[in-house]
Amino acid sequence: MLTTFRICRFNPEAESPRPYFQDYQLATERSDTVLDALIRIRETVDESLTLRCSCRGAICGSCGMRINGHAALACKTKVASLVSPGETIHVEPMNNMPVIKDLVTDMAGFWEKIRQVQPWLQPTGPEPEGEYLASPEAMNHLTGVMNCIMCGACVSDCAALEVNPDFIGPAALAKAYRFAADPRDGNSASRLRELNVPGGMWDCTRCMECIEVCPKGVGAMDRIMTLRAKGIEHGVPSTAGSRHTEAFADIIEQKGRLDEPMLAVRTFGLTNVRQMFSFLPMVVRALIRGKLPRSGPLHRPIPGIDRIRRLFQRVKEPR
Amino acid sequence: MVNSYEFDVLVVGAGLAGLRAALAAHQTGASVAVITKVHPVRSHSNAAQGGINAALTDRGDKWEEHAFETVKGSDYLGDQDAVEILAQEAGQDILALEHMGVIFNRNEEGRLGTRRFGGQKRARTFFVSDFTGQALLHVLYEQAMKTRLPVFEEWFVTSLVKDEHGRCGGVLAFEIRSGRMALFRAKAVVIAAGGLGRVFEPSTNALICTGDGVAIAYRGGAPLMDMEMVQYHPTTLRGKGLLLSEAARGEGAYLLNAEGERFMEQYAPNMMELASRDVVSRAEQIEINEGRGINGCVLLDCRHLGKTLIRERLSQIFEEAKSFANIDLTEELVPVCPGMHYMMGGVKTDVEGRCWDLAGGWQGVPGLFAAGEAACLSLHGGNRLGANSLLDTVVFGRRAGRCAGEYAKTLAHPRIDDGVVKDEEDNLKKILARPETDDTVSRIRHEMGCAMTEGFGVFREEEAMISAQQTVGSLRERWNRVAIHDKGQVFNTSLIRALELDFMLDCAETIALGALTRTESRGAHFRTDCLDRDDDHWLKHILIHHRPGGPPQLDFLPVRVTQWEPQVRVY
Repeated sequence: MLTTFRICRFNPEAESPRPYFQDYQLATERSDTVLDALIRIRETVDESLTLRCSCRGAICGSCGMRINGHAALACKTKVASLVSPGETIHVEPMNNMPVIKDLVTDMAGFWEKIRQVQPWLQPTGPEPEGEYLASPEAMNHLTGVMNCIMCGACVSDCAALEVNPDFIGPAALAKAYRFAADPRDGNSASRLRELNVPGGMWDCTRCMECIEVCPKGVGAMDRIMTLRAKGIEHGVPSTAGSRHTEAFADIIEQKGRLDEPMLAVRTFGLTNVRQMFSFLPMVVRALIRGKLPRSGPLHRPIPGIDRIRRLFQRVKEPR
Repeated sequence: MVNSYEFDVLVVGAGLAGLRAALAAHQTGASVAVITKVHPVRSHSNAAQGGINAALTDRGDKWEEHAFETVKGSDYLGDQDAVEILAQEAGQDILALEHMGVIFNRNEEGRLGTRRFGGQKRARTFFVSDFTGQALLHVLYEQAMKTRLPVFEEWFVTSLVKDEHGRCGGVLAFEIRSGRMALFRAKAVVIAAGGLGRVFEPSTNALICTGDGVAIAYRGGAPLMDMEMVQYHPTTLRGKGLLLSEAARGEGAYLLNAEGERFMEQYAPNMMELASRDVVSRAEQIEINEGRGINGCVLLDCRHLGKTLIRERLSQIFEEAKSFANIDLTEELVPVCPGMHYMMGGVKTDVEGRCWDLAGGWQGVPGLFAAGEAACLSLHGGNRLGANSLLDTVVFGRRAGRCAGEYAKTLAHPRIDDGVVKDEEDNLKKILARPETDDTVSRIRHEMGCAMTEGFGVFREEEAMISAQQTVGSLRERWNRVAIHDKGQVFNTSLIRALELDFMLDCAETIALGALTRTESRGAHFRTDCLDRDDDHWLKHILIHHRPGGPPQLDFLPVRVTQWEPQVRVY
């Protein structure tokens, strides 16, 4: 099968360095991965094509890149799963990080954020003579998170990071979860407090892209949600993030649908004049376009609200 | 621009052996840095799947049993003093890893669980599902972050530097991102740069396993030992040679031939599929050669293990079979064949990781240390047992790091002239400036891999070995002329691949020389023209010294036997 690879190239040493696309046509077989194809291009067509790759078995995390618009490991992506004969495969470097050359990105920022969560076991009390005792269930659960190979795919495609580069990001939060959920770790409370800041665990917008693109099934977003729940359980001081979550649930329970103005008030506080004023232009625009939702007492519960409240009761009951 | 750095101890390589060595050296109070051509968590230690052996005495196991099985597995080529240390210190290292945070699999009591591995009668392999190497590597990197260990990531080491007395004084390396060359002065250098699997094609090894550390030490004057001992793993996927862990057989999977027979009954009636890797690989190759294979493979049967066990303990290989071979191993048979997997040989060291002999029994390089797959104690002798390599990296990585730290503290820095940086820059410039040719690095590399597999595979004989050796010699000639097409300074992987090939050709030459020299069959080195093990003549190691401008020089060292006299090896 003849396949076209449209590869984003970037040579920082060019006279006027700027990214461009270059097409390569290659005969591919059913068993070929995108990495096989890229290596073949590098070996037989263009030696200068630059990428990181090593294990070929989805364990080293080197070959993260965007393939047809989504981050993936090239070694784990079958060419045949992407195209019908004659179609083009787009290959680009990962997003949300600077590009060094062609498909190679600078991951220093990625690692800096990993370091921020103090990613090492912090037990309290004296070290046991033998191993720490821990239930097989707890350890099996953690093994699922430990699966993370730090390839950067989740960070590449994180929508929250794209608008807020200070967001700590899904990989670091999943790593933080791995320790917060470890029965041997004695520092969960302070870990959760440290994540309870702007740019921390409340900044995820739940777009689910990190779950979609993770080649190892780590489920970063699910871990972030559990971190939030643990934070509230541990009574981390209330922040805009935690108030937003609680207000969201409260409003739905009371009215059956979202009351956006009330959500803003409860998240930021009516006395937070600066923040409230900052919403004004948006309010005016919404008003002009007839999109300002009703609020407060004007915003009545939807019909059948009893059923929604019963759902809430059911969820709150201890299992 | 800074073009030199200075540390007491410099560790080359950031896999398990390298990080373990660096942490141990750091604990001695020495100033330590790690230099590595890939980010530490990209290292090939990741790929170790099955587990790590240790005889924990508090659960009725004996270190002597582990040691004996390791010696027997080595076909009596392993040095028994080193093996004893490995088995005795294993327990404390496993517990240290657990305390650092490794999420080992637990039993119902919440204590560390074990599985069985090849060549051993007892279940003494501790594990994290079937990605134990990755789990260990990430935890050691966590510890490196915790101790703020300086790591020079994506730096490519080109050579060792020595002072006028022949003492190791550091390395030369360039930053891949900028092409900037620098001198790393160090009183002690620990080579922990991993294996050389890519010398063969195919191989289970990652593309980065190009024997850089082995070749750098060799050219720097350290002898290589047991280079003829190349392990073929019994269960690799055909084609690219990806590994399917021995853990599958440890958990009870069968090997079947085309007729559906568990053929290991004929070869190893007691241990069956869990005989030593060399034994199982040979058995498979015989089945295939005698027409009882399917497309050059035998079949791995996991179907009876059950989905729950496979999900919890073999998740990685389940995914691998699905992604890379489109096979659901809970319901289908997986075609597997022997594939190049591990290098038993490497840079000769003593039990403290030193690449020189304090007693002067063999010539080496003072100040140079080695650990992990790049090193050869000799621990694994003619054949390594599964789950002993992770153990090797942590036990002897720790020992080498500690010894290097202590050693460095006693010394002043060797005197190295700054001019070496310019010389090395010029060397690379010359390579980059070679005139265009039709030949390519990739083609030479591919031909080398195929020749090595052809000549030095599961079965060997003189004529084929000589032919492969000659091919390697002619490829060396071609390497000397091949052009590099990318002339840039930034992330020039074209140049790096050429330099790696240069290292690999040295490794290939020494493998060939070792294999032609050893005129017997022992462990993984099986010669159809010398069928028997010959303890009278060959209970000894082959050492190979680099001689600039001349042929390599051979030397021999007797195997150190402590308590286990060689016996006939039956499984």
